[in-house]
Amino acid sequence: MILGLLLYVVLCLPPVAAGLEGSMLGHMLVQIPLLALAGGLVARAAAGGRPAALAGCNAGGFPGLFVALFAAAVWMLPRMLDAALASPLTEAAKFATVPLFVGAPLALSWKLLPTVARGFVWANLISHAAVLGWLYSVSPNRLCTRYLLDQQATLGAALLIVAASLAIALAWRAIAGTPVSRTPGTGHRPAEISEPA
Amino acid sequence: MRLREALAAIAVVAAGLAALAAVTDGFRAATTDGALRVAVADRPRPLPQASLVDQSGRAFLLSDLRGRPVLVEFFYTSCPTICGLLVSRFQAALDGFVAQPSGREVVLLSVSFDSTHDTVAALADYAARLGADGHIWRLARVADPVEMRRLLDAFGVVVLPDGAGGFMHNAAVYRVDAEGRLAGIYDPDKTERAVAEAGG
Repeated sequence: MILGLLLYVVLCLPPVAAGLEGSMLGHMLVQIPLLALAGGLVARAAAGGRPAALAGCNAGGFPGLFVALFAAAVWMLPRMLDAALASPLTEAAKFATVPLFVGAPLALSWKLLPTVARGFVWANLISHAAVLGWLYSVSPNRLCTRYLLDQQATLGAALLIVAASLAIALAWRAIAGTPVSRTPGTGHRPAEISEPA
Repeated sequence: MRLREALAAIAVVAAGLAALAAVTDGFRAATTDGALRVAVADRPRPLPQASLVDQSGRAFLLSDLRGRPVLVEFFYTSCPTICGLLVSRFQAALDGFVAQPSGREVVLLSVSFDSTHDTVAALADYAARLGADGHIWRLARVADPVEMRRLLDAFGVVVLPDGAGGFMHNAAVYRVDAEGRLAGIYDPDKTERAVAEAGG
């Protein structure tokens, strides 16, 4: 709880916010994920470390996951990054909604999700990061009007590195992780991909 | 998945799609430039007043051009990159007007946002090299920085120093209708369409 709150407060400090938002990479790939992380840490601590089934409405974790995915999609739009820089109101909305609607629901729902769903999310995250990274790397047009073209290319390269790193890490887990084990009565059960915490 | 959870998931997806639609103008614009294009196409917007001086030293107001459609682009003469493409499109448009006069006089207006270096003399020199005639195609500067800022904001042009003495900026052709409203925004390679829609 304290760690999450501390992280949030640090991110809210004007010099830190201005520093991260000074580059497209810092804004999209550092500040927004850290805001989500802060929200997740606080939510998980507030829930006592247990996933939130929310009276059966989130028993399998899917509604919480969808809240997080849609909220993240909104804040990944280039025009929303521009708007956050141009309008204090939108900036405040970002600092409120990213922890609340991305980090918190993801943290509270992740462990409720079936393994296949979690793998699906990781696979999509990797492919989206790769596609966006490629797009940002090669686009001759500025997608965010507030950032220079070279910053966009830098973000693209970073996204490609993130995608490759995640793909290698997950492939390594799949290949070198827990070997196929025999569960009594159920025959062979493939090893689960244990995702990074 | 239980019924209650399935209903909650459907509600979240519906709300999520509605939120995405709201912030993308109905899934039409993911970027700031795109949003302005959609807004202008839906509803042409009035432009602020601006005092300009062209390559011949003639002073005029933006509103003086009302009554004729105007195609506008923003540039600076020492631009090493995209401005060359922009002005080449206006050169081609001017050549087209000369070859096939349409009767409806479209004005081509290239506005420099580098008021420090792009003096009237610099504009005159640049115009001579481009073949801008000063009648159909005028190159102009805005002396007042406040007016320049207002004009750039109204057109949605963001100019950022590139750290090497130049600028990064939007590259587009803007169509101002005969009522003096911003009515269309086009990529440079769609200048012919802008000319056609201006009635040229």
